[in-house]
Amino acid sequence: MSATKAWTVASIQAALRSKKVSAREIATEFYANIDRRNPDINAYLTLSRERAFAQADRVDVATACGEKLGPLAGVPIAVKDVISTAGIRTTCGSKILETYVPPYDATAVARLEKAGAVILGKTNCDEFAMGSSNENSAYGPVRNPVAMDRVPGGSSGGSAATVAAGLAVAALGTDTGGSIRQPGACCGVPAMMPTYGRVSRYGLIAFASSLDRIGPFAMNVADAAAIMSVIAGHDENDATSAAVPLPDYTAGIEQSIQGLRIGVPEEYFGEGIDGQVKEKVLAGIALLEKLGCRPVSLKMPHTEYAIATYYIVATAEASSNLARYDGVRYGLRVPGATLIDMYRKTRERGFGAEVKRRLMLGTYALSSGYYDAYYLRAQKVRALIARDFAEAFQKVDAIVTPTTPTPAFKLGEKTSDPLQMYLADIYTVTGSLAGIPGISIPCGITKEKLPIGMQILGPHFSESRVLQLARAFEKAGGFLI
Amino acid sequence: MTISREDVLRVAELAHLELTPEEIELYRGQLDEILNYISKLQQLDVAHVEPMTQMSFGRAEPAASSRTSRHEAETDLREDKLRPCNIADAVLEQAPDAVKPFFRVPKVIER
Repeated sequence: MSATKAWTVASIQAALRSKKVSAREIATEFYANIDRRNPDINAYLTLSRERAFAQADRVDVATACGEKLGPLAGVPIAVKDVISTAGIRTTCGSKILETYVPPYDATAVARLEKAGAVILGKTNCDEFAMGSSNENSAYGPVRNPVAMDRVPGGSSGGSAATVAAGLAVAALGTDTGGSIRQPGACCGVPAMMPTYGRVSRYGLIAFASSLDRIGPFAMNVADAAAIMSVIAGHDENDATSAAVPLPDYTAGIEQSIQGLRIGVPEEYFGEGIDGQVKEKVLAGIALLEKLGCRPVSLKMPHTEYAIATYYIVATAEASSNLARYDGVRYGLRVPGATLIDMYRKTRERGFGAEVKRRLMLGTYALSSGYYDAYYLRAQKVRALIARDFAEAFQKVDAIVTPTTPTPAFKLGEKTSDPLQMYLADIYTVTGSLAGIPGISIPCGITKEKLPIGMQILGPHFSESRVLQLARAFEKAGGFLI
Repeated sequence: MTISREDVLRVAELAHLELTPEEIELYRGQLDEILNYISKLQQLDVAHVEPMTQMSFGRAEPAASSRTSRHEAETDLREDKLRPCNIADAVLEQAPDAVKPFFRVPKVIER
């Protein structure tokens, strides 16, 4: 285990305040670990040393002057490469943006830095966040630091791997159909998807606008809460960000979970689930019961339609959002005889296979003659899935399920079968479609020592309760169950 | 078979993708399999279901006694005010081919 893995948000704050260590020393320690391990893991695509050390020095000057430090002062954080960073290359894991340098910061990044965080670099991901294994990156796959022959999950595989390997204290990822929670489960770290609209999407390079969300990976639940408190909240630059009062997630984290009703939907424990995953998650639910929660069996009848719904809605939105990559304003341009010829040649060379496949699927679903049968129908089934959750939350305070049907699979195992790959998200796409928050937390390991993830879902804007449940579970030893 | 070679070519044209012959055959088979899976949505009766087209949650419900119009209460419209945004140079710097203040592209209109 790397020494860097001992650092948490709280321990860094204490060490800085007692002047045991400087922010520069902490950043230096992390970069040394990155230089040693990143060549094998491939979690970072770009390192931002200059900006990181400048920020660390600002924190150290503030400490020396006795100024009040921000809540994330000196905390080394990695940022997924679909989130814009001013002056730092942002590729989206794609060749089409290989040299793109954003002129502005995403709101989430700006808020992290304002709170004192040190941005170490940009993390590898599936191209435009499309994938469940990180094997769709144009810059090579990420290896799971827990088991180097396995995938780290996707699409935020690089972000999950940085935290699991001690290459950052925390990381930002994005979740469209499971892309935070699923890699969190595969790499054995807490990973949170907030309610749609809770965290501003300003500066997040769009994949599917009605689904995309930014959220944290962290070493523990308290750290995830600390990052949520900083990045959440209304932003005038994102009209879909919610003007809903923002609780202090950190202050409330130890609140009792006694008497909470937790729903256990039978559809998440049926066909296709790995035996060891099922066993551990049921043991996790038993632990929550021991802690004073009351499990309630649920039926969520539209669960089986979620993957089909998701792959229509998400690809349709992507086909529109990714139309902007045409070689005119930024990124790659392949010359052509005419404007259309240039568009086509640029996109043919710039996009990888999975992106093309999804653009084709989304374009098909929106095209004349198919719109009603596919897109409109999917939007209706999406409403039914959201209704399943709304009805469930009349009866329970939270829902507990496995995050993934299996532990991390081997590199190359599913690359030739896109549909099998899509099914890796079967337990996470539902919450994405409904717009609700969820967290994946570690829930033991398999006999092969592969991490297992347990998912806690709550009603819209119930992040506090979701975090309290996760924290109580962690405190009771649930991560090592 | 749902998807024909012609379907793939039509969709590729709409999506501005120039596919190689191998890609056309590969995507035809894969899209066929995926759409076959997706066809399970046809099993559901959705005749009386409203499509989910909005993702705004937690908006204040308009109070019955309130004088606020329903429209105002349900939307978060900002004031229509100009804000300075002097990033034209930074944006053009990223362009593959720019002649300030324009992006340069191949000729569009033939005479």
